[in-house]
Amino acid sequence: MRKFDCKAIVIGVSAGGMLALRKIIPVLSADFPAPVIIVQHMHPYSDNFMIHDLDRKSTLNVRQAEEKENISAGNVYIAPSNYHLLVEQDKTFSLSVCERLNFSRPSIDILFETASEVYQDKLLGIVLTGANKDGSEGAKIIKQRGGKIIVQDPKTAESKVMPQSAIANTNPDHILPLTDIGDFLNKYINKRNK
Amino acid sequence: MGKIENENIEIELLLEAIYQKYGYDFRKYSRASIKRRILHRLAKTDLDSVSEMQHRLLYDVEFFDKLLLDLSVNVTEMFRDPNFYLDVRKEVFPVLKTYPYLKIWHAGCATGEEVYSLAIMLREEGLYDRALIYATDFNEVVLKKAKQGIIPLNEIQKYTANYQKAGGKESFADYYTAKYNSALIDQSLKKNIVFSDHNLATDGVFGEMNLIFCRNVLIYFKKELQNRVIGLFRESLCNLGFLCLGSKESLMFSEYEKNFEPTVKETKIFRKIS
Repeated sequence: MRKFDCKAIVIGVSAGGMLALRKIIPVLSADFPAPVIIVQHMHPYSDNFMIHDLDRKSTLNVRQAEEKENISAGNVYIAPSNYHLLVEQDKTFSLSVCERLNFSRPSIDILFETASEVYQDKLLGIVLTGANKDGSEGAKIIKQRGGKIIVQDPKTAESKVMPQSAIANTNPDHILPLTDIGDFLNKYINKRNK
Repeated sequence: MGKIENENIEIELLLEAIYQKYGYDFRKYSRASIKRRILHRLAKTDLDSVSEMQHRLLYDVEFFDKLLLDLSVNVTEMFRDPNFYLDVRKEVFPVLKTYPYLKIWHAGCATGEEVYSLAIMLREEGLYDRALIYATDFNEVVLKKAKQGIIPLNEIQKYTANYQKAGGKESFADYYTAKYNSALIDQSLKKNIVFSDHNLATDGVFGEMNLIFCRNVLIYFKKELQNRVIGLFRESLCNLGFLCLGSKESLMFSEYEKNFEPTVKETKIFRKIS
């Protein structure tokens, strides 16, 4: 398989997200060469249980993204609930409480769109299980700028709407069953760039 | 150089044009969010590029006013982050009760929901009559709305829940009158609130404060502007005055971090110690 020269991975996930992420993030190798940035739709005042849980299960460092923080490999960043997460040109995060998009804050589209401004054709976007259409526009923009898209095979999704919508809206590079995605990423992402 | 890079140059120039022509300084705002907002406005026009937009806004004040509204984030709610309000009640108000009179600055008050939330709490704790609240924003359209104190009726349920979680002592319904599709905030809450125009990016200190609220405003600023604003707050606060930030904001990127101590870390309540 041809490896992808990837500088960052963005993941969008909604209903059923916690279980889906447990099948992917802990599988990633300790020397995984790209930072992983995740928007998961959560209740506005939800606690950090998911982050602690994933961190405990993973060799990578799983944490909540903080504004102005430098984005670097070895980390899995999760958007804080009730804030949009954006990527700045200097590869740091910024936050916003502006209007919900697709009824969502954080919005997957906003993360995907701003990350693709920065990483352009070196960005990989992944759309997982979810009950709305957030992420479809962002996935399209990532593709337009030369980045790659992976979508979870809707047959393996707890909620099919989000992956189906992403597939309908763009032409994904790969459609994979949930349990294959982690291993695939370990092989697909070029480690030479680290 | 590609399209994105060209666009970034155009945005830079547009912000410079806005500053030189109108005096609003967005040059030190976090760029990703500003850019999205500008491009959204662009998509609603018949203009082809950010450069064309720059030309238009230099010659068309009404067009600029529309863009200005887009550039400020005015999403807010009453008793946003109820835990924070609970902590203010428990940790800040007992100290404020030891002062004979209080000056409070709510910086970046948007449409006023959080100012009225604070006013309600002050009243319930017997502090309202000795308090003077300065509620400021750079956007005059938004300030006008704040002064009216009208909230959409469909938010009432959420605000009522927030109020209760924030330690509200009465019934939230006592603080508004429902009319058609909106609710009018108890107008007597306005008595000690002064709404006025102030721009954190360009204006200075205007009084000595016991408490400053500035929540979810710093997140839109680059480090340099955050530093300016936190310096401004430090100068404005009396010794041992309180500074309350948004739940994801910090003093970490300013040179003034050591001048404050956290009163409650989780809810971002700080106290000026030097």
